[in-house]
Amino acid sequence: MPDTSKMPPPPPFKAGGSIAPPPMKAPTGPAKDLNIDIPVIALTAKDFSSDQDVRWCPGCGDYSILAQVQRTMPDLHVSRHQTVFVAGIGCSSRFPYYMNTYGFHGIHGRAPAIASGVKAANPELNVWVATGDGDGLSIGGNHTLHLLRRNFNINVLLFNNRIYGLTKGQYSPTSEHGKKTKSTPYGSIDHPLNPVLFALGCEATFVARSIDRDPKHMQEVIKRAAAHHGTSFMEIYQNCNIFNDGAFLDLTEKDVKDDHLVVLTHGEPLIFGKNKDKAIVLEGFNPRVVNVADTTPDQIVRHDEKNPILASILAKMSDMEGFPTPIGIFLSVDRATYEDEMTDQIKTAREKSTGDLKKLLNSGNTWQVN
Amino acid sequence: MANEAEVKGIATSTNGHNGHATPESIGQRPKLPIEIREDVTIRFAGDSGDGMQLTGTQFTNTTAIVGNDLSTLPDYPAEIRAPIGTLYGVSGFQIHFSSKDIHTPGDNPDVLVAMNPAALKVNLHDLKKGGVIILNENAFDEKNLKLAHYDTNPLEDDTLSGYTVYKFPLTKITLDAVKDLKMGTKEGARSKNMVALGLVYWLYNRPLEPTMEWLKAKFGKNEQVYEANLRALKAGYYLGETAELFSARYEVKPATFTPGRYRGIMGNEATALGFVAASVKSGLPLFLGSYPITPASDILHELSKYKNFGVKTFQAEDEIAGICSAIGASYAGSIGITTTSGPGLALKAEALGLAVMTELPIVVIDVQRGGPSTGLPTKTEQADLMQALYGRNGECPVAVIAAKSPTDCFDTAFEAVKIALKYMVPVIMLSDGYIANGAEPWLIPDVDKLPEIISKKRLKAEEGKPFMPYERDADNARPWAVPGVEGLEHRIGGLEKQHITGNVNYEPHNHDFMVRLRQQKVDGIGKDVAPTELHGPKSGKILLLSWGGTYGAVLSAQEQLASKGVAMAHLRWMNPLPPDLGDILKNYEHIVIPELNLGQLRRIIRDKFLVDAIGINKVEGLPFTPHEVVSKVEEIMAKF
Repeated sequence: MPDTSKMPPPPPFKAGGSIAPPPMKAPTGPAKDLNIDIPVIALTAKDFSSDQDVRWCPGCGDYSILAQVQRTMPDLHVSRHQTVFVAGIGCSSRFPYYMNTYGFHGIHGRAPAIASGVKAANPELNVWVATGDGDGLSIGGNHTLHLLRRNFNINVLLFNNRIYGLTKGQYSPTSEHGKKTKSTPYGSIDHPLNPVLFALGCEATFVARSIDRDPKHMQEVIKRAAAHHGTSFMEIYQNCNIFNDGAFLDLTEKDVKDDHLVVLTHGEPLIFGKNKDKAIVLEGFNPRVVNVADTTPDQIVRHDEKNPILASILAKMSDMEGFPTPIGIFLSVDRATYEDEMTDQIKTAREKSTGDLKKLLNSGNTWQVN
Repeated sequence: MANEAEVKGIATSTNGHNGHATPESIGQRPKLPIEIREDVTIRFAGDSGDGMQLTGTQFTNTTAIVGNDLSTLPDYPAEIRAPIGTLYGVSGFQIHFSSKDIHTPGDNPDVLVAMNPAALKVNLHDLKKGGVIILNENAFDEKNLKLAHYDTNPLEDDTLSGYTVYKFPLTKITLDAVKDLKMGTKEGARSKNMVALGLVYWLYNRPLEPTMEWLKAKFGKNEQVYEANLRALKAGYYLGETAELFSARYEVKPATFTPGRYRGIMGNEATALGFVAASVKSGLPLFLGSYPITPASDILHELSKYKNFGVKTFQAEDEIAGICSAIGASYAGSIGITTTSGPGLALKAEALGLAVMTELPIVVIDVQRGGPSTGLPTKTEQADLMQALYGRNGECPVAVIAAKSPTDCFDTAFEAVKIALKYMVPVIMLSDGYIANGAEPWLIPDVDKLPEIISKKRLKAEEGKPFMPYERDADNARPWAVPGVEGLEHRIGGLEKQHITGNVNYEPHNHDFMVRLRQQKVDGIGKDVAPTELHGPKSGKILLLSWGGTYGAVLSAQEQLASKGVAMAHLRWMNPLPPDLGDILKNYEHIVIPELNLGQLRRIIRDKFLVDAIGINKVEGLPFTPHEVVSKVEEIMAKF
């Protein structure tokens, strides 16, 4: 122990209230034999809520995301102790502190790299990354790219509020061109990045978008993302009511949102509008908005989440004047995960010969001296 | 590679014969007298495409097998294939071998093998006065002379007067040897390094078999290439036999080694094996997150072979991801390590701070090279010491251990893991380009006698007791609670932690306490630091204080200066420094610190012990030679 005689006394700490509650009794019965981690006692959203005070600004969209994740977790049939939330830096990245699971609040932009190490070391864990538009697409853009292409079975929640919140209001890589912020008093001259297009370009196998103000939709997307075997990338539009309030008003206000949103459902036609009177059709590779009345049902694009080309076309629509912003699952395809292939290689190598240290050290050009 | 039995056969067949067996296929006994030499240094030099590293490595393996002590110094350009014939494209490989115990790749070479004018120009000034030069005269044409910036042909003017010069048409001899193999001139001439090697084998009375075996294993499947190299090797040997130019052959008798089984090993290879050994011994899986960088990449290459040991290697997208993935793996219960060189260590600085704050066991290996910036990627230096000790934001103590020789890399890597796990701390292991690529004979350690490694892993929750991730044990270590263990769910991160609970805490007293606690924890490692290695008198006028890869040169210098009362101490742990160091320093009038930097350890010694240490400093991208250290110490002594 430290030589406390030379040090000021440590501050008092409460052994009771301020720490984690005693371990949950959740014996994993027969499920263990099947190598599936299903708690016998059903957990609730509250079980996934840590004892830490949530310190986001009142009214922040992050509260909704936290609530939807906590509400969804019990339905995913995972244990708290098998779950790890990893984050970088930023408002979004405080997320792990509020989840009563294992958690790692890392450094700016590096959550995907830390999470990759966690998952590689123990592929049995359910690993989540909470990040933001700055953390995941600016300082950590490189790591996000490589996580997506490697396809670790990790779930990424990217909170996009189109602003830097924790550093108090500078523009972000998703801020619109011309945006006036503390660091761009004359307006931003950066071209904004489309996170869904980025993820598709990174060869992600699961790409989705949801909105903080649509809890039901978000819960469905989270469930699908968790079920996906491979990296799942979820962009979640999130309102920063302090530095970028109303950034997604068109997509969240009752009277206008239906005209600005199109919900992607696999196999369903892309019809939107308050009166369900508008549809998306394709002319060659170009999408067009048409009146349902002016077209035939077979001309309307039916969503196919297995089609990466269609996913890219739909992803681009949110940047195009006069087009609705798609939410839902753009793409969900299968590809081997990094950790599965890593495990396979090790298994194959071990089948050939298990490591014998004595043999290894004595390999190569050896000779005896007597 | 030759298998053990065959190697043994060669080694023992020397007994009835004054010298080593000549190849049976040649079947000729040496006609010339054989002179005994105690100690020889040879430098092979040529174009970077001439295969000099391979030639040197083959000579090294054979020399190890015949029982000499040896030490090597590869010296090659950063460019993979620099333009042919240029001065900056010269690649060299020096080997020092002896019938005595030696510590360095030698002072000035006794023999220079120069495959072209550029190799001669770059290396001539290092050659011992009166030394032997073996040249490929075919390469001394107008074009190559011009590329080497020779105005006149050094074979025809007095450039080489004072040396013993042997000129051979090595290219022509090679082409003659492979004549009927239907190879093009360019392809056929490629084996000329084997002619040179065969010739030097003859000159130093070494067997051809180990290299013949190696050729078979390497090129056996390509009959033409195998045959060409084999013929070239033998042609070189015959050349010595028939040229009637040499007045004698030489022999270096086997050195006296501690009995046991040996192998030749390079530093990076030994580092990799040290980590595998630590993984096996601790029963914990090894995870390497790494981004390729010269001269550290070989550790990644080596470890990626050991999947059968469960080793996971992850070639990350950059240096930062390398260390962050290692931190993640460590959080999840593996031995997380990351390998790099100076520029990469700079990029890892912030993440190292995270490892300090989260108190997770990782090892960062910095194979130092010439800096700053990209600097001299393939050359050696010791200029990352300050970076390793202090190069982070905040009060951020990291334990630092430095390897002293290629074989010592094994022990250093092993010890770095042991300390990281015992104290729940990141450890930086410093190696350097010289020991990473240098080779020496290694007495293979007895696996059963390797020290135990104990981790602080918490395997289950204590009934009815809330888990405290930042509580401390007697080593000031916190428990290692790995995801997957029920009841130990906790959150960690880079924000300041509350003592015991590990909750985020910004209170002034808590921060002050935690900063001091982290420092005290690292200082506490001192109790596991072995007594300082000391050579020479226990007190006196001069103590040479060395650290890291300069060990061999400084020890050789001390041995030469022992009669003048010069002692030497060597540092292994740079942080914390060994507890006995202060008392040792007091026993000498002057402390002299040879370093391949501008005085970084000197600064630390002055700071910590208020000793006005004297520096011997060099930053040429090359290791010290013992001679350099001796003459500098003599200069210093002359002033007192």
